[in-house]
Amino acid sequence: MDFVTQHPVLVVSLIKIVIALFVVMTALAYLTWFERKVVARIQSRWGPYWVGPHGLLQPLADGIKFLFKEDVVPPASDKVTYLLAPFLALSLALTTLALIPIGPATIKFLGQSTQLVISHSSVALILLFAISSIGVYGVALAGWSSNSKYPLLGGLRSSAQMISYEVSLTLSVVGVLLLAGSLDFYDIVGGQSGHWGHFLPKWHVFPQFLGFICYLTAAIAETNRVPFDLPEAETELVAGFHTEYSSFKFAMFFMAEYANMITVSCLATLLFLGGWLSPFPSALTPDSPWRWQLYLPAAGLIIGGIALIIGGLRSVQWNAKAVFPILGIICIGVGYLCTWSAVMPVIQGPFWFLGKVFLLLFFYVWARGTLPRFRYDQLMAFGWKFLLPLSLINLVATGLVVVLRLHS
Amino acid sequence: MVPISYYVILSAVLFGLGVIAFVFKRNVITIFMSIELMLNAVNLAFVAFSREFNQLDGLVFVFFVIVVAAAEAAVGLAIIMVIARNRKSLNVEDVNLLKF
Amino acid sequence: MSVAMLVFFACGIVAVLGAIGLILAREPVHSALSLVLVMVALAVLYLLLGAAFIAAIQILVYAGAIMVLFIFVIMLLNAGVEVRTNLSRLARWVGVPLAILFLVEMAYAMVREYGTRTALAAGGSVAAPVTASTRALSMEIFTKFVLPFELTSILILIAILGALVLAKKDI
Repeated sequence: MDFVTQHPVLVVSLIKIVIALFVVMTALAYLTWFERKVVARIQSRWGPYWVGPHGLLQPLADGIKFLFKEDVVPPASDKVTYLLAPFLALSLALTTLALIPIGPATIKFLGQSTQLVISHSSVALILLFAISSIGVYGVALAGWSSNSKYPLLGGLRSSAQMISYEVSLTLSVVGVLLLAGSLDFYDIVGGQSGHWGHFLPKWHVFPQFLGFICYLTAAIAETNRVPFDLPEAETELVAGFHTEYSSFKFAMFFMAEYANMITVSCLATLLFLGGWLSPFPSALTPDSPWRWQLYLPAAGLIIGGIALIIGGLRSVQWNAKAVFPILGIICIGVGYLCTWSAVMPVIQGPFWFLGKVFLLLFFYVWARGTLPRFRYDQLMAFGWKFLLPLSLINLVATGLVVVLRLHS
Repeated sequence: MVPISYYVILSAVLFGLGVIAFVFKRNVITIFMSIELMLNAVNLAFVAFSREFNQLDGLVFVFFVIVVAAAEAAVGLAIIMVIARNRKSLNVEDVNLLKF
Repeated sequence: MSVAMLVFFACGIVAVLGAIGLILAREPVHSALSLVLVMVALAVLYLLLGAAFIAAIQILVYAGAIMVLFIFVIMLLNAGVEVRTNLSRLARWVGVPLAILFLVEMAYAMVREYGTRTALAAGGSVAAPVTASTRALSMEIFTKFVLPFELTSILILIAILGALVLAKKDI
């Protein structure tokens, strides 16, 4: 306890890191479940159904399977880089989540008042791009170190794709930076508060719609997802750069891809969709007619809890009948917790932020279930000949408008 | 606070190691990488002095060094690829057509 | 020892080890990875010196783009293992100890003269403490250094064209 009183900032940061890691790893696991369910429903089938109620324990089963699989190391591979590549990919994908704030509130904990972010940096945006640009090494080294034709080709293609679309990704964000004037996420989201004409939120997606489209396309390509996942698709080129990886190391690449997806969605939310701001006008003044939106998190959770209870009691599976009502009651309990005066102002930011991130992740999964893949040369031509000029046009137009507004 | 001389000594050590790598290595790409190491060492000295004298010119210089190093790496690696294609070897001692 | 000194020594040792790894590695890919380690250690040192934007640019451009280009070229050209040639006896027993002795002597002289002095005491001019924020740096680049900025943009264009022409296969 002496350590706690002498280094309060360090202890609070460590606690935040532990909570964030735990939440993110659980979210990763259940993102795979979500993806399999949604893609299955798009393809008119059920998806995971039998392992636990409605397949909810499927991620756990997959994790245990990955742990128990035989760990094959190719004998002619370069051991150091072979072992380094998945660690690099996963650790960098998880490090970027330290820079992302989920709400504007400050909480008092252990005598320190901390913000809802692990590390508040004034150049957070560019640090995030820097960390994700080193993520290319995970892919390139994995392909090379396997010492085999298909992984090498897949790794080279995949990393070439990532660095090509990184340029468009960064350029499509500069338009937002011109409007916001700062690299700090708190300033960028702060610049999106307010409404035009009392009904349209001032989010950057409306003036920067072209930038938003460019960003989403470049982000899907950057994270190697459909329709840009030729280098690692299941039906193409064996398995791309992670062919020779088995069991836990493959699971690390898998987790790194989903973590990158989450990071990119969080970034899109912060930059374009207004971050933690609600789409309704502000409810800060006590006599505002929009005070009811402060109860939305609680209402949402309570309605979700009731739906879980009813759905659980009506379902056919015995384990769903047992588990879902309990989950429903927990949801209703948490919903009631959100009406306490200490919790309610703090929960507003994360509620809207996580809701928007969830919508973007749903869009990602929807794209995966719906779109066919690009061929590799089509992919590279699209990136360099279409998306990059589009981002540049967006940048120049935004710059022109900002300068003209400044001088008028 | 760390005294500035420590940063300058570290920069000198890194620069010296870069020169050693430049002189002793035989792979063309590794020699090129040692040039990048020397540029990085110089960048460290620039940033340290910029902090010491409280001026931003050092940081601007570092910015331009990074940009010019990027351009140089692109052209240099293209030249290395042409050399490798023509001499069929990446050993710098095989590029000896102009040797006396 | 304060936290700043601890971080400095940690990053300094990592940087020197990375540079030694560049020299001693047998595969070019390992040399490239050691150089990436040096660059990341230097980026942390830039953060320690208060230049956050330069640290981010160092990782984004140097470690994340230039070194990726190096690794691509190494993989494409299939650069093999370097044959290790041992140092000559003169170099090993006379050269290396003398070089280390020279370095230690220079370091000692420098630390003794300038170790604890600030720039003011050493006779230099010091401006008011200026935070190296992105805004301040970009004001400098776009007002005082706008000519070099435009020239480097043309330089990058020339480099792209040169690399494209050089790397094409002969028709």
